[in-house]
Order: sequence, then structure tokens, then C-alpha cells
Amino acid sequence: MTNNNANTSKKITNFLLDNIVTIVFVLFVAFGFYAADGLAPSALINEVLMRFFRNGLLVLSLIIPVMAGLGLNFGIVVGALAGVNALILTRYFEMAGMGGLMLSFLVALPLALLFGYLTGKLYNKTRGQEMIAALIVSFFAEGVHLVFALFVIGGIIPVYANHRMIIPGGMGVRATFDMGQHPDLIRMPELETAGMRLAMDWLWRVNFLHAALFIAVATLIYLIVRRMLGKRNPSIAQMPTVVFFINCAVCVGFIAIAAFSLFVPGSAMGMELANVNPIPGVTALVILGFCLLTTYFTKTKLGQDCRSVGQSQHIAKVSGIDVDRTRIIATMISTVLAAWGMIIFLQEVGTVGTYTSHRMVGMFSVAAILVGGATTTKASVKNVIVGLILFHAMFVVSPAIGRYISNDEGVAEYLRTFMVYGVIGFSLGLYAWRTLKAARDKDALD
Amino acid sequence: MSQNLLEFKNVSKSYSGNQVLKNVNFDIRPGEIHALIGENGAGKSTMMNILFGMPVIHSTGGFEGSVEMEGKPVNIMSPFDAMAHGIGMVHQEFMLIPGFTIAENIKINREIPKENALNNVMSSIFGKRMKTLDFKKMNQDARVALDRLDMTIEEYTLVQGLPIGFMQFVEIAREIDKTGMKLLVLDEPTAVLTESEAERLLKAMRSLAVQGIAIVFISHRLDEIINVSDRVTVLRDGEWVATKDTKDTSAIEIAELMIGRKVSIEREEGAERELSKDIMLSIKDLHVAMPSERARGVDLEVRKGEILGIGGLAGQGKLGIANGIMGIYPAKGEVVLDGKKLPLNNTKQVLKESVAYVSEDRKGIGLLLDEPIDSNIVFTDMQVNGNFLKAFGLQDSKAISEHAKQMVIDLDIRCTSEKQHTGRLSGGNQQKVCVGRALTQKPNLLFVSEPTRGIDIGAKKLILDLLLKLSREQGMTIVMTSSELAELCSICDRIAIICEGKVAGILAPNASPAEFGLMMSGITDTDSVKEGGVS
Repeated sequence: MTNNNANTSKKITNFLLDNIVTIVFVLFVAFGFYAADGLAPSALINEVLMRFFRNGLLVLSLIIPVMAGLGLNFGIVVGALAGVNALILTRYFEMAGMGGLMLSFLVALPLALLFGYLTGKLYNKTRGQEMIAALIVSFFAEGVHLVFALFVIGGIIPVYANHRMIIPGGMGVRATFDMGQHPDLIRMPELETAGMRLAMDWLWRVNFLHAALFIAVATLIYLIVRRMLGKRNPSIAQMPTVVFFINCAVCVGFIAIAAFSLFVPGSAMGMELANVNPIPGVTALVILGFCLLTTYFTKTKLGQDCRSVGQSQHIAKVSGIDVDRTRIIATMISTVLAAWGMIIFLQEVGTVGTYTSHRMVGMFSVAAILVGGATTTKASVKNVIVGLILFHAMFVVSPAIGRYISNDEGVAEYLRTFMVYGVIGFSLGLYAWRTLKAARDKDALD
Repeated sequence: MSQNLLEFKNVSKSYSGNQVLKNVNFDIRPGEIHALIGENGAGKSTMMNILFGMPVIHSTGGFEGSVEMEGKPVNIMSPFDAMAHGIGMVHQEFMLIPGFTIAENIKINREIPKENALNNVMSSIFGKRMKTLDFKKMNQDARVALDRLDMTIEEYTLVQGLPIGFMQFVEIAREIDKTGMKLLVLDEPTAVLTESEAERLLKAMRSLAVQGIAIVFISHRLDEIINVSDRVTVLRDGEWVATKDTKDTSAIEIAELMIGRKVSIEREEGAERELSKDIMLSIKDLHVAMPSERARGVDLEVRKGEILGIGGLAGQGKLGIANGIMGIYPAKGEVVLDGKKLPLNNTKQVLKESVAYVSEDRKGIGLLLDEPIDSNIVFTDMQVNGNFLKAFGLQDSKAISEHAKQMVIDLDIRCTSEKQHTGRLSGGNQQKVCVGRALTQKPNLLFVSEPTRGIDIGAKKLILDLLLKLSREQGMTIVMTSSELAELCSICDRIAIICEGKVAGILAPNASPAEFGLMMSGITDTDSVKEGGVS
């Protein structure tokens, strides 16, 4: 009996330790929401959803390198730069609309593949220190980008000196350039031109409550079908019964809320939730598509090889897997996804900081996936989704907490920075501590 | 006689002039269990490296002689060639991925792709590796392989957390799942297993042999060899000694063949010397967590003034003892020096008790390679006892230099001067510097591990003579650990043999080779073996 108790308490300790980052963030957000009495739920949802779809693909690009044992790929900054450079080209020629966006994706692809290949090569040369190498390579890439955008454009590649994007004098790209306005938002036609802003997001806008209802129903069906399949085929991994019922209850709860708000007119909740902006349908589908592709990838031979390499390079090698090649491919995939993710990010934001937009991409994405419960050796689509929501909820509520602490919203900026670096530092520290402990346990006395 | 599956014909191999394999002949028939036995350095691993076409062989100029499979010469240039020829290996260190299921481990890099329209499209665009995997079929294959070994465990269990015995079976299942598997090499498969697990493994080996798979069984456990093998081949110092039908031989005979008569270093004085009755060092239930040299409960007594040898095969834990007492690796147990309990895991305190240590890891922890000889010689004494220091803790370079000069003369260290960096010295002279450093501490008890490893014959003799001189002239108590039984026999008063982390027994230096051989394989009750054997 005592033994059982000890086991249970050990299990709970392990669960807490495994999910400490996520738990801290849930508490932080809950407290922030409480502290900010003025914050309407719909406003919080709006802000979080906006950032969710904006950053989704960037964070998703981190999964495959983790699987392949490369750790958290801070090097997605290199991919982001590929995206920025593709936009420099397409915006120089004033491309607009979804067509312009597709062309930007296309231009970014070969760039990202090349950058990813080189980054992968570097990771193979810095085995064991990939994360440090990734940080440094992102600084290095910024330097190269600076030389290219400031001196090569206009200096070597001839451009129109009086183009809006070029620094007066004819050399270098301006510090910021815009993506062009969405046709529906143009107020002053003599100043604004149509462009790529929100080109994807506003292609198909879906009522939030409809989407919520649909997703909750689909998730519920998925949960039940998987459960039933698992009853017949024991090799399908099953979640514990308690977790299954909690998940189902959450789904039913969402269905109830959405249905009530939609179909009972005049309720306070319904009016509040009606304030939530429509969600960008195409962007959501693109992110969903890449979630499915990532899951599909793990089931392919290449995905299996990535997992083998990630778990043990030595065993993968003696089993005949081309370890270096597999790692390079994983880096290339990640870099391409990051490039595309950056383009999606910038079409939502609307302006491009030629020399600054890419800077925080690596840190913020890594922090987000860690908040979702990922570690340097384990990451899944679930971590990405949970992380995106929690991390950005933290962003939204931190001004309220800042006000609560010191009556100064300016503190929020420090708080955010503290949370971002704190979560990265803490996760890496925890991971290092666990690795050390495992090694010590292995060599412990009998 | 059926055709041989594999044959080594007059195979020789040398590494930069140092011959490690001399005209070895070896053959194995289909469905046979052929045991291979020999001391460390007898050539077992070199033979297996040749069989598997390891890079270490081919990057050092290949080998002489020929390897034939089913009567035809084969040219195995890489482990993958070996795999293609149906040769599989179960390593001593498991090659399993803990986060994978048993089936995934069995099928690693031999996964079965699904054949469907989507996969055909994906693979034609992105290449073969984008095909999804047929986990169902993989699980079925794994099931078949496990069933052949009478394993009932589910194939979709994670390897993480499996008992070690099961992991061994998963390794074997992975090898026999490969199509056309004809020959399986098991390298010390029972070393990590419990008795009942080992029993199961031997049973599985027999049933595999009946299914027609030939097995090369490398083991130091003589009883298992007798128990399971059809034939046994003994190697010694890179030479083929004998191949016997197991039913015509005995553990005693194999042990004798394995050790042989060593003639390289002869003992000058008689073996019997009156030993003091006083106990200098008593070790009780010492456990040391030294990776791959674990001590698991050593009980040993060292008498005043003697040279005690510690021998045994590699990996059995003999090196762990000195390292544990000196606090290099975590240790627990009781160690009493001259009636006073020694603190464990506290190197400095042990050194203070006038215990000195010459490590087997000469270049790692034995020497400061970028420092001159004189600093090396006084280093420990200065750190521990505060000698060779002037006021304010400054080094007394004059005294250091003088002392080092004396040591260079006493120990005959060949160097340009006492200021030469130790990294530039030859192995033998480096070892002398290590000994000099230990002697500077004026120890009562000296631990020496592998004193002659990696040094040439002439220097070996000098080192051994030096140890003998210290013992006889200064009455120093010496515990010498060595893999070379011959050198233990040449100077030690008693020799403790370590097997599987424990003391298997203590022998006189003039004991018979069979006695040493049996003890090294863990058979301590030599009399019972003798009765049935060919003594």
C-alpha cells in the first residue's frame, strides 16, 4: 500500500516536473486575466487567435529538427531571411494579392533549400553543439543579409534609384517597406496601392463560433473513433481513460458554449463571443495542412530515419542510415517551413522590417514550443498548438500584470522579455539537469 | 563431413609491425555452435573485425590469408558486406534505441514501405524515403522472429524499461529477422545476464542451431562453453592453439590451453617467500562504479610488505578496485589501512594516508603532459603534503629541480633534462615519471595499475625490476593490477583473480595454467572440475 502511494506520488512529481513550464504559464495567464479586470474575453481571444495564425507555421517548423536530434532550431532565422528576401524581390515588382504571395513562396523555396543545406552542413560539423551553432549562424546570416540588402542591391544589382523601397541615392533597401494594402482597406487610393497584406488571411473568413463548433465536433469524433479502433488493435497507443474522458468533456463543453451562443439569441455570452473576429480560413487550413504533413512525415521511412538518428546517431549509423544526409534534410525542411511561415507572418503584419523582422523569430518560436511542453528531444504538433495559445496569451495579459505590479504598463515589455528568455533558459537548464541525472543513475553504484 | 559455412585460411594481421594474428585457421559448419575462447589480446576481436570488414582492418592495410564462405573466397570490405553475406553480430554493448518499440528496433533501417497509390506518387516526386511504413507488417515480422526465440513479449512494447535479458533477445531477433542469416556472432552474450536469463539464452542458441544457423560463441565462461558448444577453438597471443570437439575435452583442458606456459618474463627467485602475517590493507565488500570495470563486492586482504597481483580478464572489474579506493570513481564498502578506516570517494585524504597510485590511464590522469618532468614528479606531494614549498606557498624550484634530478638518475629516466615536457617522453619513461611521482610521496602502500601497458619489452623489464626492488629493499607494500598474467607471475607473491566484479580466488604465482584459466572464467571450485576432467 505504501509502495503504491510512493509510486503515485512519484508519478505526480514526474508529471509536474515534465509539465512545469506549461503549468507556470497557465497560472501566469490565469492570474493576468484576473488582474486585468477590464479585459474582455473576446478581446483576449482576438489577440491570441491573431497571433496563433500569424506564427503557426514558424513554430511548426521546429518539430522535425527536434525529431532528428538537432535540438531547438534557432536557425529558423535563416529561413525567415529567405522569406524576407523573397518579399524584397516580389514587392520590388509590386506583386499583389494571393498570386503575389504564391510567387513569394516559390521564390523563397530555392533560397531556403540552399540556406537549409548550408545550415545542415554546419550542424554536422558542430555535432553536439547544434543549438549554439544555430544561434551563431543566425547572427552570421544577419550579417550576410545586411551586406546583400544594403550594398549588393543597387551596388551590384542595378535598381531604380527612385523606387519606393530603395534608399534615396540608389543603393540598399530601406529599413522598412510595406506589403501593400488589402483592397478592402484602402482609404486613400492616391497614397495606398493594393498589395499582399492579408491576402491569404482574408481570402476566406470564417465566423469564429462556426469554426469553434466544427472543430470541437470533429475532435470529439476523432477521439471516439480512435478509442474504438484501439479496443480492437492494441498496437494503437491509447491515452489513459481519465484523460480520454477529460478531453471528451472539454469538447462537449466547447460544443455547448458555441451552440448556445449561436442559437440562443440575446444571451450575454453570445453577444460577447459575437465580438470575436472571423478567423482566417485559408491560413488556418494551411497550418492544419502542415500539421497533418508533419504527422504524415513521421510515418514515412525518412521520418523513421529521422527518429532513429535523433535517438542515437551511432546506432543509426551502424544500421546503415546516412546520418549526415538525414540531418541535412531535416534542417532543409525546417528552413523551408520557416521561410514560408515568415511570409505568412509578414502578410498579416503588413510591413517588413528589412533588417529587423527576422530577429526575434527564433527566440519567440522556440519559447512558444517550449511553453507547449516540448523539450530539446521531444516535440509534437500538440506542443505547438498548446504553446502558441499559452505563449501569446502571456503576451496579451502581461501589460495587465505590469500594471498590477507597478502601475506601469511599460513593465510589460520587461516582463515579456523575462518570460521569453526565462522559459528558454529554464527548459534548457532542466534538460541539462535531467541528462546529467540520467547519466549519473546509469553509472551509479549497484 | 558437411561443407564448411565459413573458413579462415592462414589469416594473419599486424598493426604497424605488431603482429596480432598469426596464421589462424578457423572453420564453422552450418548449424554448429562454435565457441571461441582466449585471453585479452588473444586475437578474438581482430578475427571478428576481419569477419565484419571493419574499417580498422582495411585502413591499416588489410590482412593476409583468405576468408571463404561456402567454399568460395569472399572479400568483406564493410559491415554491410558482412550483412549481405548473412553474417550477423550481437554486440556486448546493446545497439538498441530505447524510445523505439521492439518491432521498430528489429526493423531499423529495414522498414517495410506500404505499397499504395499515394506512396507511389510521393516516392516518384520526393524519392523512396517518402513512402509511409507498413507498421502492421513490420510487427508481424518481428513477431515471427520473437517466436523463433520463444519470446512471448508483445512486439509493440518500448525497449525502454525492458530487463537486460530481454534486450539481448531483441538484439538476436533483429539479426535473425534479416533474410539469409546464416552465421551469428555472439560476443560475451551472457556477461550481463542473470543465471536464469543465461540459461534461456543458451536454450535459444541451441534451437537456432537446430534451425540451421551457425553460431560463433565468444565467452569466458567455460561451463557455458562446455554446456552449449559443439566445438571450441582456443586462441592465445594471436595464434591458433587448438580446435576440439567439445565432447572430447574438459574445462580443465580448455583453461590450460588458454593460458599456456608463459616464458617471456621468468621469475628470478623462488615463488615461496615468507610473508608477514600483518594485514596492511583490508577491503570488505567494495563496490566501484567504474564504467565497464565495475567491482561488485570485492573482499581482499593485503599483507605488509608483499606484492599482491590482481589479475583477470578485461571488463571483469580488476581495474575498478584501485580506482575505487583512490576515489577516482564512486565507491562504497569498507577499506581499512593499517587498522585505520580509509574514507572513500576522497582522493586527497587517501593520498594523505601515504597511499600512492600509478594509474592505468597514464596520459589521462597519470601525467600533466604539457608540464616538465620535475613538476610532474613533485606535483602530488606538493599538493597533498605541502612539501617543496617556500613561504607564502611559492614553489621551491631549486628543491624541486634537485629532487627531480635525483629521481631521473635513480629511475633511469631517459630525457634531455628534468625540464623536458612529459608529453615528449616515450611510454616507458613516462611510466617511470609516474612511479617517481608516487615515490616522492614516500608511500607505505603503492597501487600500480597496468604498469607495462603500451611500453616496449626492455622498458617492461625495468619497471618490473623497479617494483621488485622497492618491495625487497624498502619493504613497500605493492598492489599491482595487470592484464598480463606473465608479469604478475614474475614478481607477485600472491595473485588475486577477479571475475565478474568479485575475487574468484587467490593463487600462488607458480600455480598451473589450468588453475588460472578456470578461475578467470569464474570456476572457483577447481577440485570438482578436476575429478571429472583430465587432470
